[in-house]
Amino acid sequence: MHPISLSPRRLPLAEAAFWLLLASGYFLLPEHLTLLSQILIMGLFAVSLDMALGYAGILTVGHAAFFGMGAYAAGLWAKHAWAEPFSGLLLALLVCAALGYLLSYLVVRGADLTRLMITIGVCMLLSELANRLVHITGGTDGLQGIAMAPVFGLFEFDLYGKTGFVYTFAMVLLVFCVARRILRSPFGLALRGIHDSSKRMQAIGSPVAARLRMAYCFSAAIAGLAGALMAQSTQFVGIESLGINRSAEILIILVLGGAGRLYGGLLGAIVYMVVHDWFADLNPEYWMFWIGCFLIAVVMLGGGGLMGLLARLVKVEKAR
Amino acid sequence: MGIVLFDGVAYGMLLFLIAVGLSITLGLMNFVNLAHGAFAMAGGYAAAVAMNRYGWSFFPALALSFVVAALVGGLLELLLYRRLYRSHPLDQVLLSIGLVFVSIASFTYFFGPSMQPFTLPPLLTGQVALAGMEVGRYRLFLVVCGVVVLGGLLLLLNKTRFGAMVRAAVDNQRVARGTGIPVQRLFFATFVLGCGLAGLGGALSLGMLGLEPTFPLKYLVLFLIVVCVGGAGTVVGPFVAALVVGVVDVAGKYYLPEAGAFLIYVFMVVTLLLRPHGLIPRKGL
Repeated sequence: MHPISLSPRRLPLAEAAFWLLLASGYFLLPEHLTLLSQILIMGLFAVSLDMALGYAGILTVGHAAFFGMGAYAAGLWAKHAWAEPFSGLLLALLVCAALGYLLSYLVVRGADLTRLMITIGVCMLLSELANRLVHITGGTDGLQGIAMAPVFGLFEFDLYGKTGFVYTFAMVLLVFCVARRILRSPFGLALRGIHDSSKRMQAIGSPVAARLRMAYCFSAAIAGLAGALMAQSTQFVGIESLGINRSAEILIILVLGGAGRLYGGLLGAIVYMVVHDWFADLNPEYWMFWIGCFLIAVVMLGGGGLMGLLARLVKVEKAR
Repeated sequence: MGIVLFDGVAYGMLLFLIAVGLSITLGLMNFVNLAHGAFAMAGGYAAAVAMNRYGWSFFPALALSFVVAALVGGLLELLLYRRLYRSHPLDQVLLSIGLVFVSIASFTYFFGPSMQPFTLPPLLTGQVALAGMEVGRYRLFLVVCGVVVLGGLLLLLNKTRFGAMVRAAVDNQRVARGTGIPVQRLFFATFVLGCGLAGLGGALSLGMLGLEPTFPLKYLVLFLIVVCVGGAGTVVGPFVAALVVGVVDVAGKYYLPEAGAFLIYVFMVVTLLLRPHGLIPRKGL
């Protein structure tokens, strides 16, 4: 089979087509706008995990800590302080960036196993905290009664999720472009280098630990923003948004799409969420069985998920 | 005070029994095996079914749990694990999470979602006076089991030819292979042994933690904490860590019930902060 070749100049066109296709969901699937928004948000969350795991190679199974933190930050801000949505996003971004930067000192040191444990531990700690502080977070009932003010004071969040979709789409596109810029900058290249061989990068004078800390901090900030978007668009924060199950889920989404590839998270989120939606009526145990089989198959067959498949079908010619 | 300490120790022994196999896979073979709890569950269910459906008594069922878990572990090692020893930890994490999901779903399908019924054998019910305390016989039995397994493993690893080969393979796989040690077969045997011990632990946890299909996920973090805090790849490390975790957890639930599971996680994060490679970092075994 001959792969279709694509000249690098056409690549932005393909990207634009991808986003236009997503945007066209507004007209083509008006009954499913809420699902579409959630797909976009999970896609952004997966991209943030990709930054830490796929690019920087930090093995983390606790990324929901930041997602949930962002969601609670935005939810509480809207409930008690100011219902204007953009300020909530900014707050979640700052809170999670700060938390991520502090935690990066814990996470970046130590071997893979220690990293794994620290990230799981922090995630469990936060979800236990959210569970205990019932008077602030609502405990297992979740944070309810978030009423968002209209976007720019003009567009109300409606029942059909129209405003929610446009708002989410715009924010996800914006943040994705920033993430893309970061990952394609020299900083992103350094991360790739560290992933391939951290010793070599150290030898050529790259400040490996500092780079990893920054990557973790950025990744945390984006995950927090995704969480904030989820809180604002559903006007609810459930306790499970912090939990270890959510962390496992996002890991699955990323691997399904293809880790270490810009669009992997988004593609994975689309497929996973749609299939999950189909299976929603089915017994959750069956769903677990199939997702487990799927994971085993992905690992055994290898090949980098959907993006890996796509990369074999479509070859990008080398720029000269 | 004394009784809290004793219960904590008994709980820790159970954690040690299950986690010591994980310490072997994680530390010796460098395999991030998050599915270890599933082997414990397989052994536990084998024992429960043998007792509840076929009327086996407790001790033969314990032996059965070891055998079944070892068989399942051996089969999966041949089919899946063997191919991933050298791959990225992420792949290993995913494979084992997949196995956990599949096992939870299959056990629910075959045995239902509820907890397995279990009655203690008469020999292990009631209490016995020990050093001025009334301690549960079952807990005492757990402590004895833990000490026996610890002693057995130390003897096996330090005094036998098998142990010497394992230690050599751990210190330097390539050199060990060069001297003609069959590293692959050795790892297979160690993996199977670890799974068998997990199965034994699973059967013993019937009377303490209870066994339901979500077991591998519910207690996963606890096993991982024991191994990581103790130092992966050792036997003494997880033993010490399991005792500390057991005592901290039981004492926390007894004296500070509102803190819940906090204490354990705080304990773990602080320990790993101070000693990123565990309490007893690997030096041989």
